[in-house]
Order: sequence, then structure tokens, then C-alpha cells
Amino acid sequence: MHEIIRQGRKELTLIGPISDMAFDQLIGAGTVARVVAAWIGNVAGGSGYGFRRAFEQGIPRPIVVEDHSNFTVGLALKAAAMGVPFLPTFTGLGGDIVRNHPRIKPIDDPFGGPAPLAVGALRPDVAIVHVQRADKEGNAHLWGNLGLTVEAAYAARRTIVVCEEIVSEDVIRSDPNRTVIPGLLTTAVVEEPGGALPSSVQGYWRRDFEPFLAYHRLSRTREGFEAWLREWVLELAGRPAYLRKMGDAAVERLRVREQRLAAPANFAP
Amino acid sequence: MTASYTRRELMVVAAGREIHDHEVVFVGMRLPLLGFGLAKATHAPDAVGLFENGVIRDRPAEAFIYTMGDPPNIAGAITCLGLLDVMSLLQAGRVNVGFIGGAEIDPLGNLNTTRTSSGGTLVRLPGSGGGGDIASLAGRTVLIMEHEPRRFRERVDYVTSPGHFPGRRRGGPATLITTLGVFDLSPSGVRVRTLHPGVSPKQVREATGFALELPETVPATPAPTADELAYIRTADPEGFWTGDSMKSG
Repeated sequence: MHEIIRQGRKELTLIGPISDMAFDQLIGAGTVARVVAAWIGNVAGGSGYGFRRAFEQGIPRPIVVEDHSNFTVGLALKAAAMGVPFLPTFTGLGGDIVRNHPRIKPIDDPFGGPAPLAVGALRPDVAIVHVQRADKEGNAHLWGNLGLTVEAAYAARRTIVVCEEIVSEDVIRSDPNRTVIPGLLTTAVVEEPGGALPSSVQGYWRRDFEPFLAYHRLSRTREGFEAWLREWVLELAGRPAYLRKMGDAAVERLRVREQRLAAPANFAP
Repeated sequence: MTASYTRRELMVVAAGREIHDHEVVFVGMRLPLLGFGLAKATHAPDAVGLFENGVIRDRPAEAFIYTMGDPPNIAGAITCLGLLDVMSLLQAGRVNVGFIGGAEIDPLGNLNTTRTSSGGTLVRLPGSGGGGDIASLAGRTVLIMEHEPRRFRERVDYVTSPGHFPGRRRGGPATLITTLGVFDLSPSGVRVRTLHPGVSPKQVREATGFALELPETVPATPAPTADELAYIRTADPEGFWTGDSMKSG
């Protein structure tokens, strides 16, 4: 995410269900023209100030929001993943999200039941997903929190798999049900341990809550945001530099060292 | 009444009491998360919780969590599915009760968490998240709000989470828990069920920007029991969610 800012990308459309401060940071840095999402803020305090400045005052640039609920974002990605133009749903009826919505339209049930809404397919150019491990072909094992990760990978034209570790194909093939993203969908594999911090990765990293609070405090003003951006993004070369800046003690405090292994599943033929 | 518990602890207890044993609960974050754990630990040991990130669990998280995706909410879960799987359970009518919060509410229980101009200038709020889905599809919903006049409006600017409306297929807001009391919601409006200890009918009327049905005698919201307080203070030892200084965000 931070590398997108460093590369000076512009005019991006961000897609997500409940986004977190990464969206707020991309928006605050001026990389974003449009957001398709259900929730844009900071889990630490609610408001995402970068998002609010852009939406309310056009700072650093105006943005357009296509509002969704979590379910409708998911259905839009799932429709693209399935190769169909839309999926029907009953969510949102009676509310304002679905009123005059560019991607959600009332339809009749051809089987004579109550009228649902159609959620149109949403095909991202790129999906960036973070997983625990993948082989070099991009076959990815993910466990714990799934959210819309799998739908995003299936819906996107290109999928970038960021992993904690690249493992041999034997590891992947030992547990094929855990391969939630097959390599045929993967365009690139990146081994970037700690790449999801300060968010958690099951079995690898605990959530680091302090940066969410600190960012919330700092980003309240544009000057505070700019200072944060320089310190944590623009003046760092990449993720290894980010981890060095955090300091060994802080990184080690977040690393999961305990083991709680799943019982093996016997795949013997 | 001595201040042996905070108002937010009382709200957690009220939220927990909305969960009946064996129910399937769509759990939110913050106070409902604690309310679910409390219900499990006391009167509803067989309730099951769904989280919109795909987690289904029937035990409280194993340690303090800030978000539903934090590792202690994954470890020991029954299953970790995707968002669409739990939303499908919700849409298929398999969820008895869901919890949602809002920035603004109107007498029909419509919630706004998208944008408001009530203060004179446009304020953009984070948006629906799963709130609009829970409001649309759960068997009934329990709403949790800060009780302030600017939040209790005759009509909300934007209906993020639909309340009662003609032609609703299922469910709708049943209960509202606020910093001042507990209320019954129906298509005919908002009726005071209980007021928190120390809150007067006049105070709740003044804090509500629309007409409330206020019975002649209103009981006090039952105080937390020692067991309930013990649970809350184990689950939220620093008072992050239940201390009186908690942000409303």
C-alpha cells in the first residue's frame, strides 16, 4: 500500500468492504479518485480524517464514493468471480444506499417471488491479498480471517499474492483444502514478512494497536497527516525499512511465537 | 445509587439481556461484543455468534480484542468462513438477532452512518459496513446509540440501515439501548422501556429530537449483578470499551 504512494500513482479506484486506515492513507496522499466500499475509517476511532478531508473539502483532491454495504461489495466481486453480470439479493431494501445506485438495481424475480435487487459485477484490475504462505507458482494458503480475500482474487484481472513466507510446493500440496487461491489466478508472489503490519496475521503477527491510535491523532490535521506520511512512507525505501524503523523490540513483541497447530488431516489415497 | 458501575457497563448488560439462549447472534464490535460474551457467560450459554469477517464462534474471544479479525477471535472459533458465507446465513433467515450502532436515528429506527448536515456543514461518516445488511436481514435488531438531541432526529439525512417501513420482509428494530435508557421500537415509534438509574423522564425527553411514548411509570434499567460486572471487567480489564471516557466514534 505504501509503495503505491511512493510510486506516485494517481487516479486509483479503491475497492473493499470495511477498509481500514490504509485506505485513509492512500486517499490522504492524493492517489485516489474513487472509492467503492462499505466503510471507510479507522478501527481505532471511527472517523478517517484523510477520507473526510477529501470528501468534505476536496483536500488534497476530491473523491467520489460508491457507497455499499459489506454484502453488496461482496456480491459485486462474487458476480465478477463467477462470470455473471449480477447477483440478486434482498439486502438494502428500504434504505438509501440502493436508491439511484449505479451498480444496484431493482429487478423482478422471473420465478414470481418477491422482487430482489441486482448487484452488478465489479471486476478490479488488480487484487492485492496478504496470506500466510504460498509457493513460487502463487498457490496460496490462507487461514483465519477470510473476509472477501478469496472473492477479490477470483474477481480481479490480476492478483498479487503477498505472503509471510514462500514455501515449497510440497507444503501447499500437503493440505490442498487450505489453498484458497490457486496459482492460475496469481500474477505475482511477493515474500514480505510483516507486510500487513500493524494489522494482524493469524499465527504470525499480533495486531499493533498503537499505530492506529497514533495515526488517528496525527491525521486529524492535514499538517499532521503530511508529517506522518513523510516519516512512515516517503522517507522509507520499503517494508524492511519500515520494520527497522519500528525497532527490533517492537517487532519481536508483535511476532507470534506460540504454536497452536491444527490437527493433521490425512490425505492418504 | 452509588457509582459502582459505569453507564457503558450498564449498556453492555442491557445488550446481553437481549440475547436469548440458543439464539444465533450477529455480533458487532464494541459493546455488543462484550454483551455477547456476557450472555454466554450467564443466561445464554448456548448462543452462537456470527462475525461479518466470516468467523462463527460460541465462546468469547480468548483475550482482549480491538477488532473481530484479531487473532484471539479466530483461535478456538467453530469455523472461519468468508464474509459472503455469514451474510448468506443472515439472508437465509438463520440469524435471530443482530446488533448495530448509528450516529443518528429517527422514530422508525432508521440509522444514519453515512453522512449528515445536521450541524450546518456536511460531515462524512464511515458508512454502512455490515450495518445495512444486519438491519435488512436479521430476525430482529438491537440498536445502540449515544443519546444526544442532535443524534435523535425527526428524519435522518440518509438511511444507511433501514428501520421499519411498509413492505419489510422480515425483522426490524426491536430494542434501542442508549446512554440514557432502553426503548422498545415498532412501526408506531419509540416507547421508553426503562431509564438508567438517575435519568429523569424530562432529561430523556430533552435529549430526544422527536416525540417519545413515555409511560406514566417507567422502571429503572436493572443494575448489573456482581457476576455480570465480574465478567465485563475480565473481558475489558482496562475499561477500553466500558470506561466512562470511551469515545463514541
